[in-house]
Amino acid sequence: MRSDPADYLLVAPQSLHDAVALLASEPGAWLPIAGGTDVMVLYGAGKLPARKLVSIRDLRELRGIEEFPNEIAIGAGCTYTDLRKHPAIAREFPMLVSAASWTGGIANQNRGTLGGNIANASPAADSLPALLAYDAELLLTSVRGERRIAYRNFHLGYKKTAMYADELIRAIYVPRKYSGYVSFARKIGARQAQAIAKISIAGLGRMADGVIDDVRIALGSVAPVPLRLEKMEAVLLGKNVQSLPVEDLRRLVAAEISPIADIRSTADYRAVVAGNLVVEFLRQLSSGKAST
Amino acid sequence: MSDVAQTKIVGASVARKEGRDKVTGRARYVDDMTLPGMLHGGTVRGSIARGVIKKINFAPHIDWKEYVVVTAKDIPGKNCIALILDDQPCLADGCVNHPEEPIVLLAHADRHKLWKAIEAVSIEYEELPALETIEQSEALREIIWGTNNTFKTFLIEKGDVQAIWAGAAQIVEGEYFTGAQEQLYIENNGIIAAFNADDGLTIWGSLQCPYYVHKAMMKLFALTEDKVRVVQMETGGAFGGKEEYPSMLAGHAGLLAMKSGQPVKMIYDRMEDMVATTKRHPSRTCHRTAVSADGKILGGEIDFVIDGGAYATLSSVVLSRGTIHAGGPYHWPSVRIRSKAVATNTPPHGAFRGFGAPQCLFAMERHMDRIAQAVGISATEIRRRNFLRPGQTTTTQQKVSEDVNLEYLLDRALKLSDYDAKKRSFAAENLSGTKKRGMGIAAFLHGAGFTGSGERYLDSVAGVEGCADGTVRVLVSSTEFGQGTNTVLCQIAAETLRIPYDSVAIAQPDTTAVPNSGPTVASRTVMVVGKLVHSAALGLKQTLVGAGLLGETYTAEQFRTACGTLAAERGALKSYARYQAPPGVYWDDEKYRGEAYATYAWAVYVAEVAVDLPTFSVAINDFVALQEVGKVLHPVLAEGQIVGGIAQAIGYAVYEKVAWEHGRMRNNQMTNYIMPTSSDLPPIRVYFEEFGNPHGAYGAKGIGELPMDGPAPAIINAVEDATGVRCNAVPMLPEDLFAAMRGEKDAHLSGIPEAQMR
Amino acid sequence: MTVSAQRSTKCEVTFDINGESRSVSVFPMARLLDVLRHELALTGAKEGCGEGECGSCAILMDGTLVNSCLVPVLQAGGTSIVTIEGLAGNGQLHPIQQAFLDCGGAQCGICTPGMILATVELLRKRPAPTLDEIREGLSGNLCRCTGYVQIFRAVADAAHRIASQ
Repeated sequence: MRSDPADYLLVAPQSLHDAVALLASEPGAWLPIAGGTDVMVLYGAGKLPARKLVSIRDLRELRGIEEFPNEIAIGAGCTYTDLRKHPAIAREFPMLVSAASWTGGIANQNRGTLGGNIANASPAADSLPALLAYDAELLLTSVRGERRIAYRNFHLGYKKTAMYADELIRAIYVPRKYSGYVSFARKIGARQAQAIAKISIAGLGRMADGVIDDVRIALGSVAPVPLRLEKMEAVLLGKNVQSLPVEDLRRLVAAEISPIADIRSTADYRAVVAGNLVVEFLRQLSSGKAST
Repeated sequence: MSDVAQTKIVGASVARKEGRDKVTGRARYVDDMTLPGMLHGGTVRGSIARGVIKKINFAPHIDWKEYVVVTAKDIPGKNCIALILDDQPCLADGCVNHPEEPIVLLAHADRHKLWKAIEAVSIEYEELPALETIEQSEALREIIWGTNNTFKTFLIEKGDVQAIWAGAAQIVEGEYFTGAQEQLYIENNGIIAAFNADDGLTIWGSLQCPYYVHKAMMKLFALTEDKVRVVQMETGGAFGGKEEYPSMLAGHAGLLAMKSGQPVKMIYDRMEDMVATTKRHPSRTCHRTAVSADGKILGGEIDFVIDGGAYATLSSVVLSRGTIHAGGPYHWPSVRIRSKAVATNTPPHGAFRGFGAPQCLFAMERHMDRIAQAVGISATEIRRRNFLRPGQTTTTQQKVSEDVNLEYLLDRALKLSDYDAKKRSFAAENLSGTKKRGMGIAAFLHGAGFTGSGERYLDSVAGVEGCADGTVRVLVSSTEFGQGTNTVLCQIAAETLRIPYDSVAIAQPDTTAVPNSGPTVASRTVMVVGKLVHSAALGLKQTLVGAGLLGETYTAEQFRTACGTLAAERGALKSYARYQAPPGVYWDDEKYRGEAYATYAWAVYVAEVAVDLPTFSVAINDFVALQEVGKVLHPVLAEGQIVGGIAQAIGYAVYEKVAWEHGRMRNNQMTNYIMPTSSDLPPIRVYFEEFGNPHGAYGAKGIGELPMDGPAPAIINAVEDATGVRCNAVPMLPEDLFAAMRGEKDAHLSGIPEAQMR
Repeated sequence: MTVSAQRSTKCEVTFDINGESRSVSVFPMARLLDVLRHELALTGAKEGCGEGECGSCAILMDGTLVNSCLVPVLQAGGTSIVTIEGLAGNGQLHPIQQAFLDCGGAQCGICTPGMILATVELLRKRPAPTLDEIREGLSGNLCRCTGYVQIFRAVADAAHRIASQ
């Protein structure tokens, strides 16, 4: 344990109102901590720059999953376990459930939150490709009020987000419009459980009359941010995928990604496997098989 | 030896002796203990691979008077961790030879203040060029150890190697590499030390070999043997990683305790343990083999090199075992085996389950598949034609005197794994689709106990004590760290004395209370020490019979009365037995020839893999492990050893890669040094054959390390069978298979490129 | 550059440990693992990695499995905690403990407390788990000794014992 608890303030406001007021009082000085599965790892290693922490774990306003006719609102404080247990999420957003089941082991799923995964903004985070593919929206809250932004506009650069220093993620909205869609989620980690993704994919699409009617391809760990392959999606719309040469598909993938070498994997491996995963998704999309 | 067929306790899966404490959380590991006035100790370590220490700076914002500070100057005896040579300093003095070398020790009552002080010591160096690999060490551009960077060499010669090439139908060459591996015991290294002028030094710790620590402390502190006491606490896994390293940590804690006059606890956290302590020796093996047209090995040359790191430690012994095992379970009419252990500027490598054999047996078993391809026969057939048979001699010209039948083992393993049917169906399935399936075999042997004259040199002693309450206590320095030492030695004593298992306990290994039964290594505990326990138990019985208190047959109650009576009468009732070398076991240390081990265990393992081509990942779908082990003394423990060893070896094969950066382990955290979880391991099916062993307790052979030798080559053989891609290095991660499929040379040497790293 | 030299103050945190209400005076960012081991002398939870990877620090908090090395003690206030020491009752081993003993589920024992508590949570959610469910339920608990096979057997055996109680 390489940090001294005596050097850290941790407060636990009783309401969301109090929490955002604290953030506003000294913007950037207070680091929110929910389940702690990211923050406490840095802390234990003596690598946590923040010295003032505000616990948002027990804020009721951040919990709960609420179903509306057109969307489901997932409280940012929902844990991966909460996600896995919820019948509507399992039915309509299976890629969120598989992402949750791939995150850590059971103990970390019981504590880690969806909001934390988003706010930590690692390009390797498990839930983020699925949220991109589902076109999620985030509800951000502060003393100045609340705003909704499209999740695809949230990540601006490596660990840099569109959130202001005094904001918290309050909820994640996912639109209920994917019935009949084919989904394809894969996480390639160093092992089957408790692994950071070397590369991950969340693919979602629908065919109509033999051509692609809608397609979303989201990848993790191939860029400084989780990435939708927007250019490739635009090219694929209206096409009969089976008529496209595999090498063209790979080239489209390669044009949009910029994988690096790091302690987990190499750039070449990531690049080739990314291409393979996208090709496999499109093959399944065109044959109508779902696979999460 | 008693008639094994009629044993009641030996051969049964009796309750683990210390099991109840383990499942209730009452078992006491070293970090669970505190002593009054105890301080916490920590280590300031070097940050470069090689250089001269110019200055040690203690930052002014810390009040250093609060701290105990120890450097090499404080060492009363010799500044070394005595093991085989005395070349490894306890604390660096003037220069460093590997990253993370210990330089300054600090202690404080507050763990957090201690850590801040460690970070407040900075060291200035004059950096020197460092060697990072075997190849760099051999190139001799820098001399970092001795005259030529070489800790040790061995040469084994048999037959006439010059004459084999001319008549060979095939000459098959191959080069094979294995990487470092971290033992990754779940309990990190830890020691508590106390020192006072009257009693001397006391050490409590997580360790395998109390008497190794005892010997090293005597030299470091210039103390006589009665002034050093070493006690083993419950130990949370070891695998060789706590064979020699604890002496270093004990020295550190002891120095702080001596200087402060207070007990000192030093527990590594995971990051420190991984970066600073020993790992498995990386290796390179070159084979050049002359083969006849019908696939018989005529002979060959084997060159085996291991990377020992910066100091000699145990490298000569690892090298020895590897050298002797390099020919595998095959008949070599002629062979020349040249081996060496070389120095690099990395933290010294050390003991890890298998101890040189996993390295060279990986090479041998990959090479057998290559020979099969060159000759044009199957992997099974090439082995059949070359297996050692009783009456033939090994590479060290040891006559195979036991009744081993390797072909029988092979046939049984093939049947158990459904090998032939699967090979046929995979060949058809692999023609299409993106999943390729394959089968791989490894046949191997493992000599248990110390090599050659090693056991004679150890001169082990075991004791069995009769207590005043009529119970019996086993007295050995052999330690429990999960493998079942406590349980099996008590089984043996109970069986021998024909008293209930619950009437036998085992003393905590404490050098003031137990004799030196040798280190808990080399798969020797059940076989060698167990036999001594058996003898000592017989001695106790004979004493009671001789005193007229017991007949030749007796009930448990009669034993209890007799034992209690005599123990009370005499004050102490201890029976000791000393190791005696089996007759006819002769080893020539000069020529490296003769009976290397009293006996070998034999095995054939079969792996079934599925390679997912789009992601280059390897799934092991079935694993059959068949081994001949003499006699199974405890079925649950024996199976547990085999499965656990196979799991570690699967890690060695496809998961566990040490990412080196200038001699330092970069991925020194559990999040990025990858060992298998419960979701990763295949069904592992374990089968035993029992041909007996006259040299081992109740016919047992050592089995702890055997399972480490086979899985890696079996798996990589299976991957080649599945994909046609030849990988000759472990660990083989998906990135490595990917690189090999693209035809990259030296794919295994491609570390993580330093540019572009976060 | 050192961070500003502010110091936190200790606070009173109260929780229920193994059925008993306890209060400790601790820094709010003290790790629950350290509070258990050092303030409450409950050394059954172990530190294997300090980063939530090995599961040897796992305990049950309000009935769910968490890695105590990742929980700031302030967040444990008002919760009900069960450690390995609280599992056996009336001198009798819990069926899971007995099963681990009988099936070889504990070798060196260091992962065992966390592994047993993970089994408690698993069997609560899935009283008759398949092998795959057992694998998944224990995937956050690393064992270096057993290779997991005998642990799986212990879990299946425990499931039977509990079902037939």
